Amino acid sequence: MKKQAKFGVGIGIIVVALGFLAWLGYGESKTYYHTIAELETLSGSARTQRMRVAGTVEEGSIRHLSGRIDFVLEGEGKALPVTYIGADPLPDTFADKAQALVEGRPGPDGRFVAEHVQAKCASKYEAAPGKDNKGAAASSTQRSSM
Amino acid sequence: MDVFGSFALLLAFVCAVYPVVGGIAAIVTRHPLLVKSARQAGMATCGLIFLATFSLEYLFFTDNFSIAYVVSHSNRDLSTFYKIAALWSGMEGSLLFWSFLLAVYVLSVLIAYRNKNGELMPYVGVVMAGVQLFFLTLNNFVESPFKALATPGAGGVMNFITRADGNGLNPLLQYPEMVIHPPNLYSGYTGFTIPFAFALGALLARYPGEKWIHLTRKWTMIAWMFQSMGILLGAHWAYAVLGWGGYWGWDPVENASLLPWLTGTAFLHSVMMQEKRGMMKVWNVWLVFCTFLLCMLGTFLTRSGVVSSVHAFAQSNIGPWFVAFMGITLAVCLGAYLKNRDYLASENQLDSVISRESSFLFNNLLFLVACVAVLSGTLFPVFSEWFTGNRISVGAPYFNRVNIPIGLLILFLTGVGPLLAWRKTSRESLKRNFGWPVLIGLLAGGVAFALGFRAYYSLASLILCVFVAATILLEFYRGSRVIRARSGASFAACAIDLTMRNTRRYGGYIIHMGMVFVFLGLAGTAFNRDVQKSMQVGDSMQIGPYTLVLQATDSKPEKNYTAQRMMVEVLRGNQPMMMLFPEKRNFLTNKENGTMVAIYSTLKEDLYVVFAGIDPDTQQPVIHAYLNPLVKWIWFGGVTVVFGTLIALLPNRRSVLVLAPAQQPSTVEPVPHGVVASPILREGHD
Repeated sequence: MKKQAKFGVGIGIIVVALGFLAWLGYGESKTYYHTIAELETLSGSARTQRMRVAGTVEEGSIRHLSGRIDFVLEGEGKALPVTYIGADPLPDTFADKAQALVEGRPGPDGRFVAEHVQAKCASKYEAAPGKDNKGAAASSTQRSSM
Repeated sequence: MDVFGSFALLLAFVCAVYPVVGGIAAIVTRHPLLVKSARQAGMATCGLIFLATFSLEYLFFTDNFSIAYVVSHSNRDLSTFYKIAALWSGMEGSLLFWSFLLAVYVLSVLIAYRNKNGELMPYVGVVMAGVQLFFLTLNNFVESPFKALATPGAGGVMNFITRADGNGLNPLLQYPEMVIHPPNLYSGYTGFTIPFAFALGALLARYPGEKWIHLTRKWTMIAWMFQSMGILLGAHWAYAVLGWGGYWGWDPVENASLLPWLTGTAFLHSVMMQEKRGMMKVWNVWLVFCTFLLCMLGTFLTRSGVVSSVHAFAQSNIGPWFVAFMGITLAVCLGAYLKNRDYLASENQLDSVISRESSFLFNNLLFLVACVAVLSGTLFPVFSEWFTGNRISVGAPYFNRVNIPIGLLILFLTGVGPLLAWRKTSRESLKRNFGWPVLIGLLAGGVAFALGFRAYYSLASLILCVFVAATILLEFYRGSRVIRARSGASFAACAIDLTMRNTRRYGGYIIHMGMVFVFLGLAGTAFNRDVQKSMQVGDSMQIGPYTLVLQATDSKPEKNYTAQRMMVEVLRGNQPMMMLFPEKRNFLTNKENGTMVAIYSTLKEDLYVVFAGIDPDTQQPVIHAYLNPLVKWIWFGGVTVVFGTLIALLPNRRSVLVLAPAQQPSTVEPVPHGVVASPILREGHD
């Protein structure tokens, strides 16, 4: 084989194999992102897919129950009751009025069943309006395989 | 002092215009006074940035709570150490810190080459100043760190406020790693500006290819070293502080730091192709351009909130500025390339698939594919929303599936590449160089398999790690043996001598060995395990060979937080070994919590114990214990990589080899690569 062809084949095999793995990995981990308002409009298979929803934790809504933690997420004027069933404790930054990102699926009777929760620090000072907490590092319950 | 600082910053901005405008004029007119004044204005810009940065630090140290930035990130009780770090804990300060580090690099370059490379430096100066001008624009007009705390009062008059005390530093940042991680990472990001400036400058000036590459090599290695350290320190911080038991989550901000590292590493290797065989010139130039653009993209992703991340600074209006800058930079690069691309014609062709060139080619291909994969995965939510209306993100399974095989292939090339000959490698050479390492590697794999290990990626990783380590050690051994035959010194002394005669090659081998250690550490992940239990005083839990007993709990007030500590006794079998103190810190000013993980780390495994929280049902503390094998090898590998880079940056000891050809026996020992055997060589002193 001409040497250009040999290189081409080698490069081609690598790219195709990795592309295939990428496609597999995508299928395993793809997560849709929806706002609370959009959740109500979802129907059919879209309702049962894994998704992330962001919002702010409603003040006073965090309730620790046996084996789960309930709270209410607010966003764009709508409220979403969430039940967190993951094994890890919630991150240190998860508190009233914190921005949170929940990952899981919509459950029965309008609740959202969350397997992962990430939270950012709540805004706390009255500096320039419209700007959130600068430099806030957030934490999450996520455990990856690395 | 705030007025002084903000004025210095504004002056720096004004000053930075001159190296750009005057610099271009200097290039066009070639007037020596213009060249000199542009360079000096460039130096003055750096000096002014230093002044502005020191002013901001001064404000922190004097507890000046009339400045908004100081109020948000500091308080009186904050220790001095963290008052220094508070400078870069928020958006405005970290952007100023970025300008500061960039200025250190720019000043060093301007001073180092003030009397050299006169054809190239004016161009380089313009590019560097252009980048500085962008960041100074942000520093002055978009995210100013010197804003005073004020509210608008009646009639639009601003009422200036001075607080009694500040809000304090985010507790997640009050750890030593968080103090060293940003300076290192930013030194990496900003450092890549220098090779970019040289590459673009050389392209615009049509400067001889080998020379600009030779000049930039050291700067690229320095930036690369800091980037590597920054990434590993970030991973270590995530591991030791966040307490989720892992060190890499494929978070967008983590990925952002990895992208320029991938292209930067590819560049460090492919330049050798250009140096030795005049090939890959176009490729190299675009690799450097992409590395710089990825640095900009990285900081854009971190600061703009365009993808949701655990780390990201909050949403801000800084995104469009970065997009505009990246667009302009790309346009300038494209323009320069289209205008001068004939200057980049390749001198040679690829000869064989089994050659050094080919291994570099595949090396680059793999790094690029990894880069594209990570970039696509990170930006997927943005693109999917544009094209389908649905915002979709991908997670660790995607990244791991693609990057683990790539990593293993790169590891394979790390062992094979350096021992292939340029142009074409003979079968004899292959057998001679790889015979033993392949055997030893397979043996190690066989032993592991016999012992019951079935995690295939980890097995492959083990075989490759042992293979690569064997090839590297063999190289050191062979070279040392030749020197020893002449000088009779010990192997260790000969190995050092060997290294110092060709620091680039042998320093490179040390870096590769460091990467082998890192891969070894990564391979341990497959065997991680953990146990979580709600415990009261006196309870025990079992993990692996260790028994953990909760002996006591206490509450310890510190300067600005109260620590709730768990006293956990660790026993192995029935032998008490040590006490571990996982704790949770409750910060007084902002009522936030932080976790302090207790880690017992050995080369074999880490015993990692977290005080996870209070069980809501039983009101008892929950202890989460992890057993993570081989993690320490990652950090040890990082130290080795840094050490190797420092060695490689040193100049070579002068060559002292003198060979008289008539005395060579016919069956001569193959000459190791670090030693030049030339019959006419007659240099040095010995």
